[in-house]
Amino acid sequence: MTTHTAIRTENLTVTYTGKREVTALDGVSIEFTENKLTAIIGPSGCGKSTLLKSLNRLHEIQSNTEISGEVYFGDERVYNTDEPLPEIRRHVGYVPQTPTALPLSIYNNVAYGLKIHGNYSKAELDERVETYLRKVNLWDEVKDRLDEPGAELSTGQIQRLSLARSLAVEPMVLLCDEVTSALDPISAERVEQTLAALKEEYTIIMVTHSMSQAQRLADDVVFLYLGELVEANDVQSFFENPRDERTKQFVSGQESVAAADTEDNTTESEQSETPPASVQ
Amino acid sequence: MTEATESGEQSRMGGRRAQRLRRERLSSYWFTAGGYFAIALFVCIVLTLLYQSLPLLSEFSLAQLVTSSNWDPAQNEFGFLAAIVGTIYVTILTMLMGTPLAILTAIYIAEYAEGRTKTLVSSFIDVLAAIPSVIFGLVALMVVVPFVGNYLAPAVGSNATGTGILTVSLVLAIVITPFMISLTVESLEALPDELRETSLGVGATKWETIQSVLLRAAGPGIFSAVLLGFGRVFGATIVPAMLIGGQTHIPDSLFSTGQTLPTLIVNDFGELMSMPTTQSALIFAGLMLVIIVWLFNFAAMLARRRLKRRWQY
Repeated sequence: MTTHTAIRTENLTVTYTGKREVTALDGVSIEFTENKLTAIIGPSGCGKSTLLKSLNRLHEIQSNTEISGEVYFGDERVYNTDEPLPEIRRHVGYVPQTPTALPLSIYNNVAYGLKIHGNYSKAELDERVETYLRKVNLWDEVKDRLDEPGAELSTGQIQRLSLARSLAVEPMVLLCDEVTSALDPISAERVEQTLAALKEEYTIIMVTHSMSQAQRLADDVVFLYLGELVEANDVQSFFENPRDERTKQFVSGQESVAAADTEDNTTESEQSETPPASVQ
Repeated sequence: MTEATESGEQSRMGGRRAQRLRRERLSSYWFTAGGYFAIALFVCIVLTLLYQSLPLLSEFSLAQLVTSSNWDPAQNEFGFLAAIVGTIYVTILTMLMGTPLAILTAIYIAEYAEGRTKTLVSSFIDVLAAIPSVIFGLVALMVVVPFVGNYLAPAVGSNATGTGILTVSLVLAIVITPFMISLTVESLEALPDELRETSLGVGATKWETIQSVLLRAAGPGIFSAVLLGFGRVFGATIVPAMLIGGQTHIPDSLFSTGQTLPTLIVNDFGELMSMPTTQSALIFAGLMLVIIVWLFNFAAMLARRRLKRRWQY
């Protein structure tokens, strides 16, 4: 079976130049395979979110970031390019860690990107909104209340709404930043199921701090430590035969706490809320 | 550990707990008292104004007072229409000029300006907000009044002198914007970055993100900012008193001189003591101001509640 690279980084270095200078990513070169789910793992503040956001330049909304190296989406450059940023982000979508509803109705949360990018008739919009809400298993729960504010859904539902919104603009790559960490176990499981179904059609790159989640969902695993790419491998080899000493430690250390997953979640999500500060 | 020291420890802990509970109770009394005091104060003000307005209201009907534009206390004529119309003109004109300016500037500061520029611009906005409005009035007398009188009015074929409704509105717009800007910037900056990331992440441009996401999410806050601005314009006294020309007639153009309810009060304040009906009339002007602002705030609170639900994120 031949595999294609959907997106890859070349010697990517990201530095936050705030009050103190912090190198969040240090010369990372990595390839993400098409139509696979790649999990990025590593301890808090080791550059996972930075790597994820740098793939579609979302980290740039923070001032004081410097970047060198390049990201290639297919053959096209993501940095040093004339292609407008919104076009890149349309193809490389992003779902944040905190379940986020835009201040719009449920319907318009999904139709948001569609309305921006295309001239769709009402019927076409209706059809697409339904398609994508079904894709994330949310349609049956919201079909009678599409005009209500998106924010009135439960957090688990909002996270699936977020996924539907991202999918609606038909991206090729989907970046997911710890999308289950703010959810209760049942909602988290539903989102996981959705992701598992989606990875047939999309290239998904997911930051997670949960080993067990990576094992359950991922095809490939990338391990970052202090901004450095330590190891990248398919999921089986990664967990069964880690090559690097640090990977071995991290994998064996985490395994014992894997049972206490939800507890782990809260600390992680609190810490990673302010990316520059938490990067050590 | 012996039993003696243990019980000593316990009684000390018990004493401290009792003290903490007492403090908790006392503080809650204080806060409740503060809250009720605010309500009582408002009721007192309205009742005083109402009571003092009674002499006027017993002599003239409410309809007479608000539909007549003949204001001549010496002849016992008390028509408020001119001042009411003047107030409405000034308020609407000022808000039309000030609100877009404030919101656009706030968007620039919150979403576009970075680093030193941002610090510099926002600190100057804060300084502007802190300048007493009488200073704006003085500077306007030397700059805006001649500008309107010598250039703007002749340009549209008016022979106005420069003082009047438009001049007041121009200056008031400048007086209130810094304040509305600060509040709007605060509402925008309080929004979580996830909203920006989410919108940009589906390929929206920055401006699309601001328009369809950020301005809505910050909408209730911006609405409050505009409303507070409105309240300040409505009750603005010193700037209109210095620049409006102080003639009690219904303004027939933007350049026309006029009167607002607050200027009516300050201009005729000197006569308060000598003529009881005039005193009552001026107090009645104050009563109208208070009641209108109150009604407006109440309506705005209801509107805000709806917005908050509609635009929650």
